[in-house]
Amino acid sequence: MKFIQWATSPWGEKIPTHISWGLIWVAIIAGALFLIVHAIYVGFVARPEATAPMDSKQAAAAARVPARVTRHSFGARAFHWVMAASMFVLLVTAFLPKVGYQFDWVKLHWIAGVVLTISVIYHIIHATFVLDFWSIWPDSQDIGDASKRLKRARGQSAPAPMRAGKYPLENKLFHLIVLLAGLSVIVTGVFMMSRVRTPFFTRDPYLFGDTTWGWMYVLHGLAGIGFVALIMAHIYFAVRPEKLFLTKSMIVGWITKEQFLEHHDPERWNVEGGASKAGPKGREVAT
Amino acid sequence: MAVIRDVIPAFELFQPTTTDETLALLARYGQSAWVFAGGLDSMDWFADRVKRPEFVVDLSQVKELTRVRAGADGVEIGAMATLTEVVQHPAIKEKYGLLAEAAEFAASPQIRNQGTIGGNVSQDARCWYYRGGWPCYRAGGNICYADSPRGMNREHAILDAVRCVAVNPSDTAPALIALDAKMVIRGPKGERVVDAEDYFIGPAIDITCMTVLRPGDLLTSIRIPSTWAGSKFYFEKVRDRKVWDFPLVNVASAVKMSGNSIQDIRLAVNAVACRPLRLTAVEVAVKGKPRNAETAEAAGKLAIQGAEPLQYNGYKVPLMRNLVKRAVRGMSGEEAA
Repeated sequence: MKFIQWATSPWGEKIPTHISWGLIWVAIIAGALFLIVHAIYVGFVARPEATAPMDSKQAAAAARVPARVTRHSFGARAFHWVMAASMFVLLVTAFLPKVGYQFDWVKLHWIAGVVLTISVIYHIIHATFVLDFWSIWPDSQDIGDASKRLKRARGQSAPAPMRAGKYPLENKLFHLIVLLAGLSVIVTGVFMMSRVRTPFFTRDPYLFGDTTWGWMYVLHGLAGIGFVALIMAHIYFAVRPEKLFLTKSMIVGWITKEQFLEHHDPERWNVEGGASKAGPKGREVAT
Repeated sequence: MAVIRDVIPAFELFQPTTTDETLALLARYGQSAWVFAGGLDSMDWFADRVKRPEFVVDLSQVKELTRVRAGADGVEIGAMATLTEVVQHPAIKEKYGLLAEAAEFAASPQIRNQGTIGGNVSQDARCWYYRGGWPCYRAGGNICYADSPRGMNREHAILDAVRCVAVNPSDTAPALIALDAKMVIRGPKGERVVDAEDYFIGPAIDITCMTVLRPGDLLTSIRIPSTWAGSKFYFEKVRDRKVWDFPLVNVASAVKMSGNSIQDIRLAVNAVACRPLRLTAVEVAVKGKPRNAETAEAAGKLAIQGAEPLQYNGYKVPLMRNLVKRAVRGMSGEEAA
């Protein structure tokens, strides 16, 4: 199967034009396989995970945890759901026409793209200046704990890992991948808007050379099909029983004290009086 | 031994004799099959070596597709009926003269003898960038060369352009829309009947197709109901060369009168957008109005609302406005004067 569609420019150059649309099915199959393999592993193979007992400092912090812990502020939740809605529209309008469902998709697609772009700009500002910017980035503690979990999963001897901060490592890695794919589709998408009629730009299809445009379309497409698999995984984890409390928190904004203490380290995610407060590494962040 | 390369690329030719046989071939070869009717559009593509189909299904031997049946409920024209047969058919001339007139305006006598009505409504865009094999949106690429700062776009769209600005070049299409024709399509899932105005699709829906036909589909006939038989018709086509050319703009109207007022009307234009446009807003606006210069003037102005001309086709805006005026009033410029 070809990965990229090529064409010959009017000047005789071989130029990329798009990804091969068959890759949509590759992304869907890859996403589905991941879900199946993960579900089988968790259901039949994985051992119950244990975390290290709390030390006295952590126990003291745990005692101050309120009955309800704010996990996502209203602004963070609004961003998440606006982004989700725009992403859904973007994927539907991008790929349904490619698999045979014909409809007027172009305007819907760029409008959803504008909504996504604005929401991401809001998120960057909000996360940088209001939330704890660093709480979503993997740190050395995460890497150490991941190594311990891996060893224990393989039956090797290793100390129990610590509880996670506000976000577990898987969450942070997912955010990182979404960040890369998201920035790819947004940056290329903004340029691509100069090729269609919108109120924002004067059309200029010659802003870049044919080859640059071609790779831009390829990158946009690759990131797009990447999102197909990423969103499949995201929804899968959102509905898994052990993660449902996190999904609920993205709706109502909070988790209970019991859920907090079961999954989070009060030293790494410092909460007080029902709201997240500045911890050792700064303030809360929501994604 | 010298190898001659300057020939049409090789393909496997099939000449079925029945519709069922044709559909079986189209089902077998799917996207690789090329439906060949009169060949006037197809041979251009082949001769320019831009389209290189593996399998060509020539419909010329499928006699059942050439029949024209006229009855009290209308007329059914086989998709392989030639334009000349449409022009000369007594029932079409008598009751659906709009179509006969439109078909007679298509191309030249020789081409009308060979070209079919199915081919005329299903022909591809004539944008020279696209026909020249450039990798534009319509050809599966990511650019419209015509809609660019230096694009040559005198013949291109002024309405409803989405990425591609090529226009539909059919002369019979607006007449069929005005007559409320139904397109009969047979395909892998059986037969379906599509209104003529829905048969054509623009780039917003599918930028690589001009019609709703999908691989495996075959337009078998066009049914014209008797609803508009004998109405007052108007067709006009403006082209660069009167003897033989594609339309710069064409217009077709069918009008039912009640005294001096327009009781009902269907109005369509072509060559102003990527698909023929039925002007429903104009139809609604003029219904119940007297058929006079004032109504026509208002109709013309309404018709061009939303027009976005490119660098070199601004003339199409007043041209379309005037043709719509004439079609609503039912008389040419000279007659009106």
